[in-house]
Amino acid sequence: MSGVDIAFWLLGGVALVSGWRVFRTDSMVRASFLLLLSFVAVGVMMLLLGATYLGYATLFMMAVEMMVMALFMVMFMMNPAGLNPMNMVHQHGLAIAAGVITFVGLSALALAVDLPAQPLPAATAVIPRLGHELLGDSMLVFESAGVTLLATMICSVILSSRSGRFGPSDIGSVPPPLDPDELDPDEIDPEEQGETEGNSA
Amino acid sequence: MTLTGILIIAAGLIGIGVYGALSQQSFVMLMMGLELIVNGVLLTTVGFWSLTAAGIPEGQLLAIIVMAVMAVEMAVGFALVVAVYRQRQVDMTDSLNTMKH
Repeated sequence: MSGVDIAFWLLGGVALVSGWRVFRTDSMVRASFLLLLSFVAVGVMMLLLGATYLGYATLFMMAVEMMVMALFMVMFMMNPAGLNPMNMVHQHGLAIAAGVITFVGLSALALAVDLPAQPLPAATAVIPRLGHELLGDSMLVFESAGVTLLATMICSVILSSRSGRFGPSDIGSVPPPLDPDELDPDEIDPEEQGETEGNSA
Repeated sequence: MTLTGILIIAAGLIGIGVYGALSQQSFVMLMMGLELIVNGVLLTTVGFWSLTAAGIPEGQLLAIIVMAVMAVEMAVGFALVVAVYRQRQVDMTDSLNTMKH
């Protein structure tokens, strides 16, 4: 067994154990960093597989993403520091069964299927070939991914923003009473509210 | 470093992710489960690209698409968490039951 093999299995172990500990730690911030560790292990495994660009991109992307996740944990979640025991789960038995069935099924498939062996040639210029593919034959696919990310940014801002074009977005979502007599005449009309706020601003 | 080994490790990551996505009550922990699933998918894609496809560039392109999906899932997920928290001051999936029959 070569050094690369040993490193590969160690990294695989780190990815699996840290991925499992994500759901077993008491601190939600610690859970984010454990998930980051799992991603880092997978990123290094990708480097070992020869995907230099993708491996480094995964490392950088996940470092930033998990920092954002840790910030969200501190902002929104209870118990970010893990000072109390935490076990917030539902349908636990079903979830364990689903996870085990998924793992066993996919592993059995991997063992049963006779997979072709065409390894990456040692002298392949991986990154230049990827660049030529992205800005050549597959440019439409690549650009579509870019446009999708732009749409995601717009969608995220709209979803997380409170003020809409017609006033605060959550006022209009309150369901009206079923009985018209129960309508409160003094209740703020969403459109008027928006105009008032607009004028005062 | 065999493809079967890679696929088994990826299956483990996907299995843990399925468990997390189904069992966690907190929105962000649920998203962590989804992230682990995509992590396994990413490893599988790169494994197939490296060991069975002789390094064709389309395989790397597919992995980049998987990474884009991961980014979209995180961004929209966090935006939904903010929207739900603003509306209801809750961060638990069990609190959203208006669409239950």
